[in-house]
Amino acid sequence: MDAPEMTLSEAIDLAHRIGKETAAIHAVDVDLQARFPKETVDAFRAEGLLGALVPTELGGLGHDLRTAAAVVRVVGRYCASSAMILAMHHIQVACLVRHGRSDALRAYARRVAEEQLLLASATTEIGIGGNTRNSTCFVERDGDGFTLNKQAPVISYGQYADAIFTTARRDEDSPPSDQVLAVCEAAAVSLTPLSGWDTFGFRGTCSLGFTLEATGDAALILDDPFGDISAQTMLPTAHLLWSSLWLGLAEEASWRAQRFVQKAARKTPGTVPPGAARLAALMVTRQEFAAAVDSLMTRYLQIMDDPDETSAVDFMIAINTLKISASTEVVEVVNQALLICGIQGYREDSEYSLGRILRDAHGAAVMVNNDRIAGNTAQLALMQREF
Amino acid sequence: MSQSVTDSIRALLTEHARLGTDVANLSDTDDLYGAGMTSHASVTVMLACEDEWDIEFPQQMLKKSTFASVGNIRDALAELGVDDATVASA
Repeated sequence: MDAPEMTLSEAIDLAHRIGKETAAIHAVDVDLQARFPKETVDAFRAEGLLGALVPTELGGLGHDLRTAAAVVRVVGRYCASSAMILAMHHIQVACLVRHGRSDALRAYARRVAEEQLLLASATTEIGIGGNTRNSTCFVERDGDGFTLNKQAPVISYGQYADAIFTTARRDEDSPPSDQVLAVCEAAAVSLTPLSGWDTFGFRGTCSLGFTLEATGDAALILDDPFGDISAQTMLPTAHLLWSSLWLGLAEEASWRAQRFVQKAARKTPGTVPPGAARLAALMVTRQEFAAAVDSLMTRYLQIMDDPDETSAVDFMIAINTLKISASTEVVEVVNQALLICGIQGYREDSEYSLGRILRDAHGAAVMVNNDRIAGNTAQLALMQREF
Repeated sequence: MSQSVTDSIRALLTEHARLGTDVANLSDTDDLYGAGMTSHASVTVMLACEDEWDIEFPQQMLKKSTFASVGNIRDALAELGVDDATVASA
């Protein structure tokens, strides 16, 4: 890459441009039809954003997680489904880049950047109760190749991805927790839908369930055990990117409420509009929310390359707690904004409409259910030491 | 004659580690996570050790590797003053 590296503010400007020129244009239709936001993903590709987290020496943009999260946060203001697809793609890229050290995996990372490949994931399995750290299916090795069959209750944008990163037991004799993460390239994957995707929100992510039947190159199984990949990279990256996206949703709702109050203030100069007091309360939640995301991002960037630190109880509790607080606060902010905008927010045909944002916001608590995370956090609290 | 620390660790693992195999089939260096112990189960093992020997693992010991094998657990306990000599004299 000869182009100079993009600064954080340039990346944010780019995200606003894609948001305004593409994502916002198609967001209503994507939501209505529950269809893949092809136009926006094509716009990501045109700007090289699918290689944002790929290092520059492998042909990517070399963004750090903070910059990638900033882009997701801004795009989320225009089309949450598009931003979620970008976030989920980034999570897989982050795993590939940190846990794929072999020549074959580095070559694959280079391909992701050069060919702007879209990566999906199949980490849950029917019959294991939503715990990603257990698998029933397994990798069957055959010389240099592998075969893998999985009943996946959810594979977001699986039909539109260039590869599906799939968890499975290391081999037929491995216990459920001894898992690997295998790159299953679309050309050698067959997906048979098990369910549709007609949901409340995030309708454009097309997160259908599938029977996945894949063959692949055994050299494209990531080097580290999935347990390590999950703790060091997948889980913190997911919670940070998702929280950033939800923050973007909260900020969009908040700005709509603020514009609404400002417009009312202009109509009645000298009188404080009735929604203004609620606006002050909304600002409190919004600021706390943004500060929590920023603080955990800073903490993760400092320790991301130290496995002892990322698997430490304090950090795991902190990152779990971020997910729970961010996914709760996004709904609070949108609800507060709705009370401020009143009927104009309730309408589907006004510039202050909050319907889609509210529906998308409710997805936050159920994607990796907060009750499950709270259960894990409570268990971790049993072994936390005072500090 | 009291039970050796290693035997006690193995007994705790049988009760709490929820392994996919009998603990007796594992050597002191075999990876317990590889044998099916989840991180959930490792917390239970930790709490059981703390109760058994009336100790508290300090912060820096609370990591995955501390509970990765019978030998690792024994070494960690030894650092906290739990070994066959102290247990026998207790």
